[in-house]
Amino acid sequence: MSGGFAERAREALGNRQLHIALDRTTAQLGVRRAVGLASLDDADRVRDRARASKMEVLHTLADSLRAFEARLVENGARVHWAETTDDANRIIVEIATKAGVRRVAKSKSMASEETHLNAAFERAGIGVVETDLGEYIVQLAGDRPSHIIMPIVHMTREQVGRVMAQRLSVSYSDDTQTLARYARGQLREEFLQADMGLTGANFGVVENGAICLVTNEGNGRMVTTLPRVHVVLMGIEKLVATMADLDRFLKLLARSATGQKLTAYTTLVRGPRRSGEDSGPDEMHVVLLDNGRSRILAGETAEILGCIRCGACLNACPVYRSVGGHAYGDVYPGPVGSIVTPGIRGLAPFAELPSASSLCGACREVCPVRLDIPRMLLALRHEAVDRTPQPAALRVGLKLFARVASRPRLYRLAAAIARRVLRRRARDGWIRRAPGMARGWTRFRDLRAPAAVTFETAWRRRAARKS
Amino acid sequence: MIVQLFPTCLVNEFHPAAGMSVARVLERLGCSVALPEGVTCCGQPAFNAGFQDEARRVARHTLRVLAPTEGPIVVPSGSCSDMLIHQYAELFRDDARAAADARGVAARCREFSQFVAERGGPQASMKTPARVAYHPSCHLMRGLGVRREPLEILSSIGAESVPFDEQEECCGFGGLFSIKNADISAAMMDRKLAAIEASGAERLVSCDLGCLLHLEGGLRRRGAAIKVQHLAELVDEAQQ
Repeated sequence: MSGGFAERAREALGNRQLHIALDRTTAQLGVRRAVGLASLDDADRVRDRARASKMEVLHTLADSLRAFEARLVENGARVHWAETTDDANRIIVEIATKAGVRRVAKSKSMASEETHLNAAFERAGIGVVETDLGEYIVQLAGDRPSHIIMPIVHMTREQVGRVMAQRLSVSYSDDTQTLARYARGQLREEFLQADMGLTGANFGVVENGAICLVTNEGNGRMVTTLPRVHVVLMGIEKLVATMADLDRFLKLLARSATGQKLTAYTTLVRGPRRSGEDSGPDEMHVVLLDNGRSRILAGETAEILGCIRCGACLNACPVYRSVGGHAYGDVYPGPVGSIVTPGIRGLAPFAELPSASSLCGACREVCPVRLDIPRMLLALRHEAVDRTPQPAALRVGLKLFARVASRPRLYRLAAAIARRVLRRRARDGWIRRAPGMARGWTRFRDLRAPAAVTFETAWRRRAARKS
Repeated sequence: MIVQLFPTCLVNEFHPAAGMSVARVLERLGCSVALPEGVTCCGQPAFNAGFQDEARRVARHTLRVLAPTEGPIVVPSGSCSDMLIHQYAELFRDDARAAADARGVAARCREFSQFVAERGGPQASMKTPARVAYHPSCHLMRGLGVRREPLEILSSIGAESVPFDEQEECCGFGGLFSIKNADISAAMMDRKLAAIEASGAERLVSCDLGCLLHLEGGLRRRGAAIKVQHLAELVDEAQQ
């Protein structure tokens, strides 16, 4: 990936195919979400309670994690702690090597995208295949996901058809049914051959150590039952306290993501196969990934760890809808990505992301956990001002602004000069090409010339006339 | 009733006529309108850019100007209202005295349409009813929760409010966003303007001059003939 956000965004804006795909899908998902949420009794209260319970878990995260670990161990799973992405990959590759694993079948996991686990497997000579349809196509295409729940939202079905024809030696089709059948044929074999199943976790339940996975394709269930080793890679923030809390989150997650009341498959895993059970893995491992989350928890954006990755904020975000997911430059796109990415990867290389928002608040409105995303974007902008280089014109300009705008007489004088400069460029009351920073404005729109007489002056004159 | 008018810097510098309309509409509601001495800008441009020290400096000045006045403070902008009502508290969370002033000012602040609706709505009727596309600005709608008031005002003066596609999506203004991320801002604007043009509206009305300057500039660049007004101007017109 090259350049910064601005450059990638510009490229994306010029991509017509991307716009057709994005416009359609995000609008449709937005409507489905609204309908889905309307079908939930007392949705506002459910959201409030979900938020409260999530914030409570985060507030006591260290204790919750210890309790969760104890339940996992009781259930017969082995628990591993990974501070960094490298730690996570090393631990997982070691588990695989020890168990003599040659093929891994994966269900969708954002955490594994975060650690670039597939590349680590490949380096170790272990074959890996994505079994979520979207992720499978991403893998075939050598591409990257561009949406949290719809990894190939940026692709048209014609593009998918071409990728499959090329990579699977099947005949070209742009019929979605046919394409799904191609994938299913391939993936059946993979499930049966895999020695290891790798999943993420949508939730981990503290009270009983259950791992909850939601999918619409049933691949999560196959991956957790068929291979002899099951590894869960999950972020440390994915905990919910109780099964009652889980119930609330499941109601919210599916509705917010796709408008469904529940996803087609909700899988709860509590440990490896026990004696007397006829399916399930011999070994189960849970790898708990920090990767900057503890740091986020200690800062101004701690709230973002309450995100349940439904993707609703992406679909609602007019910036995401304009530039798509790849422009954000890392695994998590959209409003949530603009907070998570600087958190886990460091602010300096991603300082542009928090500014890539009009602060319209659509994200906050749709967030099932009511995360105050605009507040966090502002907090990160503030942090960026303190810690990263800013364009000189902006820094000087705003410092000057603050000095002037806190002295009314000076302000009037400065504004009078600015008005005169701008009015000189105007024709018929409009400016087609503004100087300095305002040029960004006139690249796309005319600028109304400032008034000859300000409101304040007009008002004083009116008052004088009246008295 | 005495009412303080916080005109906003954009009204003051770019569109005083909207400010005059606000004042006249308020006077017709029986208010006596005062302009506080020394108002400048609420400081939002610095705040939104992350320059909190600078924003605090301007905010402190604004509080000094507004705190000693009396009566409701009417603001013809959802965005500046949101800044005064919600963000000042955030800026002064470590300064008890300023925070108390900020709370006092916040409690008196009303966005224009909110205030007019609270006072029973305008008495007026359009001579030639117009088809109006109402753009609900984000901070007004999501920051202050003001959604129905402007529409009720439109209907009470006999204007026909025409719906358009994705009406509640941001227009792309976003203050400095429109300059720093100009091409994304423009892409958002294009979607908004296409929807408004397709609605058959003759006028575009909003409660925020920022959005309106941006959309009007875009319409002009496209050569479209839709008339753009602040809600106060339309009400004022209907009352004359």
